[in-house]
Amino acid sequence: MHRLLNLRPRGGSRFILGFLPLAAVILVYLTASGARHAENPSDRILPTPAAMAEAVQVMAFQKDPRTEEIPLVADTKASLARLGAGIGLATVVTLVLGLGIGLLPIVRSGLGPLVAAISVVPPIAVLPILFIVFGLGETAKIVLIFVGVTPVMVRDLAGHVAAIPEEQLVKAQTLGASTWMVALRVALPQALPRLIESLRLSLCPAWVYLISAEAIASDVGLGYRIFLVRRYLAMDVILPYVVWISLLAVVMDLGLAALSRAAFPWAHPRRTA
Amino acid sequence: MSVVLSFHEVWVEYGDKIVLEKVSLGVEEGAFVSIVGPSGAGKSTFLRLALGQEAPSRGSIRLDGAPLRAEPGPDRGVVFQRYSVFPHMSALQNVVFGLECERAPVLGRMFGAAHRKAREEAAAMLQHVGLGDALDVYPRELSGGMQQRLAIAQALIKRPRILLLDEPFGALDPGVRLDMHELITELWREHGLTILMVTHDIKEAFKLGTRVLAFDKRRRDPQAPHRYGSTTVYDFPLDEKKSRTVPDELRGMAAA
Repeated sequence: MHRLLNLRPRGGSRFILGFLPLAAVILVYLTASGARHAENPSDRILPTPAAMAEAVQVMAFQKDPRTEEIPLVADTKASLARLGAGIGLATVVTLVLGLGIGLLPIVRSGLGPLVAAISVVPPIAVLPILFIVFGLGETAKIVLIFVGVTPVMVRDLAGHVAAIPEEQLVKAQTLGASTWMVALRVALPQALPRLIESLRLSLCPAWVYLISAEAIASDVGLGYRIFLVRRYLAMDVILPYVVWISLLAVVMDLGLAALSRAAFPWAHPRRTA
Repeated sequence: MSVVLSFHEVWVEYGDKIVLEKVSLGVEEGAFVSIVGPSGAGKSTFLRLALGQEAPSRGSIRLDGAPLRAEPGPDRGVVFQRYSVFPHMSALQNVVFGLECERAPVLGRMFGAAHRKAREEAAAMLQHVGLGDALDVYPRELSGGMQQRLAIAQALIKRPRILLLDEPFGALDPGVRLDMHELITELWREHGLTILMVTHDIKEAFKLGTRVLAFDKRRRDPQAPHRYGSTTVYDFPLDEKKSRTVPDELRGMAAA
């Protein structure tokens, strides 16, 4: 008999092992939901799959008579636009600041302390300021996402760029590279895979800020919707929305990972094992 | 023979710690100078001075008669023990990069005929160092010896006035090291290079060099060992015919 730590699941057994806990969670939910409905057929806390399917039908396939739009589509569009704008802005700023701080000692001395100071401010705490300054419109929500994820991404990228071996920078200079050439051809390409990696990790907090902002002041959006229907204990809407948000997050994460593998093969060595 | 690189009364001090004291020497064109010495004897500091990574606290360094700016430049090529090649570029791109720095300083890339020409030059250089079959391979897929070949090709494409080698073969297997000795000797002869090589391996120093410099402290103060710096304590010119055995006074010195 092998030691426990040497038992490695392979192939089919690995798949089943991964699937079992998920199946168990679903089973527990169905049992609990069934039990509640046996006692009270109009229970709203643990809706049956049929009730959820009905809610999905209304939210995802029928136009809201008031807005002439399918709620789920409108919410998804609005949320993704905000998330995209916030994350996009964060990525551009991270690239510029991260490269600058990581590569140029003069910028590091100038901006390093500021970025370090900003990154310890809890972003939700500045949300009221953002609402006061930018109003309750889109800008405040986008800025919240930006403020929330950028400092951490900048510090991560700057650290990564600063860790490029000194030998490489000296070598580039002996090949006649200017500061611009070193930034463009040595630092930037090595920073990009790391940027994507840090973007993937930042998506989770970005969603948190998005949903928080939407919950507080909005009239459309995934976060707005789940906080709106919460008033009616509409778990049959909230649960599918949560699943949908998770699905979007997973697709983005996998998409970014695939992008990094396709664009930067040198950063992803093929596994030999 | 003209002097390519000259050091005149060069001192390097960090605070009250003296690393190098009063180093004066000239490196002649076409020389293969090996530098040996115990750990901490300032060999690497000396090489950093030649590279321009560091400025002397006193004294002057001249390259072809002109004062050396304390900044690495294309007139001095370098091969380090590790990390000399760019992991995100293929072997060919690693070599083309040197040409792009010179010919496409703004866009960073060349196009069309200019690009084709640069690629051909780089491919020829890679062929020359024995990497003709690995043009499109990323460095991490190359062995240690191949990576050093690539680093040498990268440096040579710039036709530097002097090639600086910092323990270039220190991390290689003995067999591979012998191959590299052959390669560097061949390149040195063919291209008429001037080479400055720091090494731990005293046999390697005598095998490859036309001149061996040994760095060590001339004097020691047991109470304040940091107050005396190293300098060149031995300077052996070697010619082709002389036997290249390691002299007795150096035995054991560079074993560190």
